[in-house]
Amino acid sequence: MNLQRVAAMIQRHFYLYQRSPPRIMEIFFWPLMDLLVWGFITIYLQRTQLNLPRFVLFFLGALLLWDLLYRAQQGISISFLEEVWSKNLLNLFVSPLRPCEFLAALMTISVAKMLIAGLASALMAWWLYSFNVFVIGVALIPFTLNLLVMGWSIGIISMSAILRAGQQAEVLAWGLGFLIQPVSAVFYPVSVLPAWIQPVALALPSSHIFEGMRLVLETGILPYDSLIKATLLNGVIITGAIAFFYHTLRVVKDKGLLIQRGTE
Amino acid sequence: MKQDTPPLALEVTHLTKSFNGVTAVNDISFTVSEGEIVGLLGPNGAGKTTLIQLLLGLITETSGTIHILGMDLKKDRSKILSQVNFSSSYVSMPTSLTLWENLNVFAKLYGIRDYKDQINRLLTLLEIHSLKDSLTRHLSSGQLTRLSLAKALLNTPRLLFLDEPTASLDPDMADKTRTLLKAIRDQYKITLLYTSHNMKEMQEISDRIIFLYQGKILVSGTPAAVLDHFKENSLESVFLKVARGGNAE
Repeated sequence: MNLQRVAAMIQRHFYLYQRSPPRIMEIFFWPLMDLLVWGFITIYLQRTQLNLPRFVLFFLGALLLWDLLYRAQQGISISFLEEVWSKNLLNLFVSPLRPCEFLAALMTISVAKMLIAGLASALMAWWLYSFNVFVIGVALIPFTLNLLVMGWSIGIISMSAILRAGQQAEVLAWGLGFLIQPVSAVFYPVSVLPAWIQPVALALPSSHIFEGMRLVLETGILPYDSLIKATLLNGVIITGAIAFFYHTLRVVKDKGLLIQRGTE
Repeated sequence: MKQDTPPLALEVTHLTKSFNGVTAVNDISFTVSEGEIVGLLGPNGAGKTTLIQLLLGLITETSGTIHILGMDLKKDRSKILSQVNFSSSYVSMPTSLTLWENLNVFAKLYGIRDYKDQINRLLTLLEIHSLKDSLTRHLSSGQLTRLSLAKALLNTPRLLFLDEPTASLDPDMADKTRTLLKAIRDQYKITLLYTSHNMKEMQEISDRIIFLYQGKILVSGTPAAVLDHFKENSLESVFLKVARGGNAE
């Protein structure tokens, strides 16, 4: 792993963002919209259904954490698409940049995007609804790290799909995360889901993270079993996602599709 | 007296690439010596672009071997890629970055030590230094070609692959680019392997031409030898003869 090459790729994206207000706004816009729409709905529901325990806390906490995962995923897939859109992919693939260095750069960009969007959302939630996400306490760190890794996995899988199928698959860069949201126990527990789909939910790290978060908010106790399950599942999923990326790269090279991806 | 032969920049042995039963490159073998300018010529579908992609490791070969600068492309791809480069009129660079920023990123990817000096030198050589702070999206196609060439020369490559470098240029700019390529070869002693549909260009700057047809090498030699082989007086006539009449052998 050559860190200079990783840094060069990060710098390339820094250059891109420094003079692109729409791209910078995009980092903040959707979290803000989510927060406004769902935050006010939450307050409305809280006023009408007073029996719901810690409703604002659960819902806004879930919203903020979900957005962390989504930003982490976009940090990979959109950054990759930037190379496709600018027809720069071939220049990169004929340079000494190794695929692992390319991935490392995208992961670092993903961390930066997630942190910026996460901090901005946390500040807005505090300002608009007096909601302090840091009440989750120290558990926020392992939960956030797990969401980051899961976001990477989804990002790498969608990037690989785009590499294989071309720009017709680019909708996955925005949609794949939302595909798993219903079974990720983001806003409701796994037990709410039909029995037949619960095993799917339990196979995803995200459902353990969000279940764990609710437990922390309710009891103040860090559920180690949820955390361990999420971490182990994440280990499996990120390994699978990286293996899928390398496999796709081999297939794309074998079928001669790289030139199409680089010039379409 | 025994003459010193220049070392090989490229050695291709029995290279074959098939896609779903269609053979795009069919058992090709050839060598390119260091410092040579070799033009790959052939009608559409002859296998030129596939061959260049194979040589850059963008496509995996079905069989055969590729040695670049004495190294096996399969085993030493990253090491080889730090010593070769590529420019194509079909590949672009991020348009939201300035020329300087684009070259700065690639200089770091190629691990250039005195990258600032090198970038300044190349921008001056290619007559685009005054545009160094301009956004790439504001460049004309001629300027874009020069930027792409600057990127391709950043690491002072020992072997440079050019895929239709003058395809999008007007005759004046194409002529300047040809002059530039020869100057670059003389100044940097770079080996050039390039494709073009411009026959005049091929005849003018190539030391040797490899004529591809249906994935095979039809003939290889100096432009004069190729003309002699087909009993024609221009490469354009050769090209038309082959493209319209089979391999015309």
